[in-house]
Amino acid sequence: MTVTSRIDEIRGRALPLRGDDIDTDRIIPARYLRSTSFEGLDAHVFEDDRRSASGLHPFANPAFAGARVLVVNRNFGCGSSREHAPQALYRWGIRALVGQSFSEIFQGNATMIGLPCLAADPKVIETIMQMVEARPETVVTLGVSTLAVSADDQVFGATLGPAIREALLSGAWDPTTLLLDRYEDVQRVAERLPYLKGFAGNEERRVGGQFGVKPC
Amino acid sequence: MASGIIYEMGRTLFQKVWDAHQVRRLPTGQTQLFIGLHLVHEVTSPQAFDMLRQRGWRVAFPSRTIATVDHIVPTLQQQRPFLDVVAEDMLVALERNCREFGVELLNLDSGKQGIVHVIGPELGLTQPGLTIACGDSHTSTHGAFGAVAFGIGTSQVRDVLASQCLALDPLKVRRIAVSHRLAPGVYAKDVILTIIRRLGVNGGVGFAYEYAGDTIERMTMDERMTICNMSIEGGARVGYVNPDRRTFDFMRGRPFVPSGDAFDRACSWWRSMVSDPDARYDDEVAIDAREIEPTVTWGINPGQAVGVSETLPDPAALERSASESTREALEFMGFQSGAPIKGTHIDVAFIGSCTNSRLSDLREAARVVRGQHVARHVKALVVPGSQQTRQAAEQEGLDEIFRDAGFEWRGAGCSMCLGMNTDRLEGRQVCASSSNRNFKGRQGSPTGRTLLMSPAMVAAAALAGEVVDVRAILADVEVPA
Ligand code: SF4
Repeated sequence: MTVTSRIDEIRGRALPLRGDDIDTDRIIPARYLRSTSFEGLDAHVFEDDRRSASGLHPFANPAFAGARVLVVNRNFGCGSSREHAPQALYRWGIRALVGQSFSEIFQGNATMIGLPCLAADPKVIETIMQMVEARPETVVTLGVSTLAVSADDQVFGATLGPAIREALLSGAWDPTTLLLDRYEDVQRVAERLPYLKGFAGNEERRVGGQFGVKPC
Repeated sequence: MASGIIYEMGRTLFQKVWDAHQVRRLPTGQTQLFIGLHLVHEVTSPQAFDMLRQRGWRVAFPSRTIATVDHIVPTLQQQRPFLDVVAEDMLVALERNCREFGVELLNLDSGKQGIVHVIGPELGLTQPGLTIACGDSHTSTHGAFGAVAFGIGTSQVRDVLASQCLALDPLKVRRIAVSHRLAPGVYAKDVILTIIRRLGVNGGVGFAYEYAGDTIERMTMDERMTICNMSIEGGARVGYVNPDRRTFDFMRGRPFVPSGDAFDRACSWWRSMVSDPDARYDDEVAIDAREIEPTVTWGINPGQAVGVSETLPDPAALERSASESTREALEFMGFQSGAPIKGTHIDVAFIGSCTNSRLSDLREAARVVRGQHVARHVKALVVPGSQQTRQAAEQEGLDEIFRDAGFEWRGAGCSMCLGMNTDRLEGRQVCASSSNRNFKGRQGSPTGRTLLMSPAMVAAAALAGEVVDVRAILADVEVPA
């Protein structure tokens, strides 16, 4: 494996963020994608929501500063494929999420930077949110191997797709090395795809370089 | 391709394309999938190229990788260096990365630049039977050609650059059959908004959407792209239409498409990559096109839509979670439940984006505005999806029609679809938009408000200064001979 490492238990204080369908434009507004690096994104997490919130937005609430676990509702992270969204949360200090459900692209992007997103029942989420809102120092623990989420001494079940779980536990959540591993297999698939040879007939030579079809 | 496997049951296009590109099962249980075409743009690629540099990797298949610039491009003043310093930096980074890694860049001076999902099909890069990836969620657009096309994040952009592969889980397939004729003034945009409204913004999670039925079969490639484009708004990462004669006719003669005998061989391979008649689906949904009317979003997600003759929903009448999001949306938009959507005041009209910025979209909008003028208080702009589209439109004189009607005629790019360039809403402005997302803050102002609709509906709203039913206008417009 490359620089990655095994990810299993994440423990820390939590930040409850209520609302269904919270999209990536809200997590990190598009104007902060105007950069060639992910640096400094943490400063702009939920910036517009924080400004427009009627009360104190959870991400602006000092009671939740330093939280490591983000608790959310349904379809969190829908919208754009921007990895800037999980990157911004990670840089802010979030190390795991638990919620009713996540958008697929968001969950995939989060996994690839080592940020597990566990799903739990609406009732469980509500209970945890209420506990954390009442007592921000509540310690929340997410177990990737145990598929459990606990708040103080209460333990609940959680779910996570088997491939993602395996990737986190084995440390293979950044898959590039794995993909480069058996490169001859890739070449073999490429060989049999007719479009990579420009649909050349048997008698014709390949056009362009390695499997290439040079345009125009 | 002949793989020696005998399938007992028919397969869907999704399964065929998946099987043809499958490299191996990874130890994690995911599939290593070969990617036939990788499209790159300036926003989600710089960090990926940096990761390659750090690890000393090369781009595995530069000839299957092509880049353009769209999100940050100013559409008014395109001379270099851009006045927008950050945009300039981002383009310089892309230019350097493409040069260093041997990737072809369709830059502003190429005559072929444009929104990545518009130029792929236009140049014939997008073809049936391919796996396509791009660091943008609207990559689903390319499914209109029978490709399996994924939107990916930056770490996955790195994966594809380095290995030409992705680690993925297979998707289930839901067949959405749309049948019967659409009424005049009802467009592909209304169909997809209706599908999302019906199935929900997360109804498609875990699915690829196969759009089928006679309504879809009669659609042009442009219309099919509009449908597939917004699959992601319904939660489906992939959406596609089985390729047919119309698809092949579209392909012929495009720069990246083979010609002569090779074209015939391509067609026969493409024909083999369609869903079998006895293919098994994980779910099936039927939609009656006759019931669809021009559709407009009133809220803060693309599922919050109504027909133009309907009124806004009442949160009290809905079940709990829908009720909360409806209340939140009405509050943000400053709208009243029970109010008709017709007559909603607009400040800005935007015709553009990868959903609706192709020649046929511009023609349809021009048909509505010809000889008329936009309402005095409305700022209206047309942003063609690509330089080639812009040129083709100018050859037909569409630019004149729009300018005469008081629209601005801009250079190609994403423009006001999202707040990454200088085209943005201000304050609480309401925008009638032909784009695909109405999220809070999407169009550049944190409090700005977006109403999604078809380009013809945007054109009609621009003239009236408020949401109107385009069917009433079209009834007066002569059908061109
Ligand atoms: S037009 Fe809009 S949705 Fe399409 S690629 Fe550009 S920013 Fe994304």
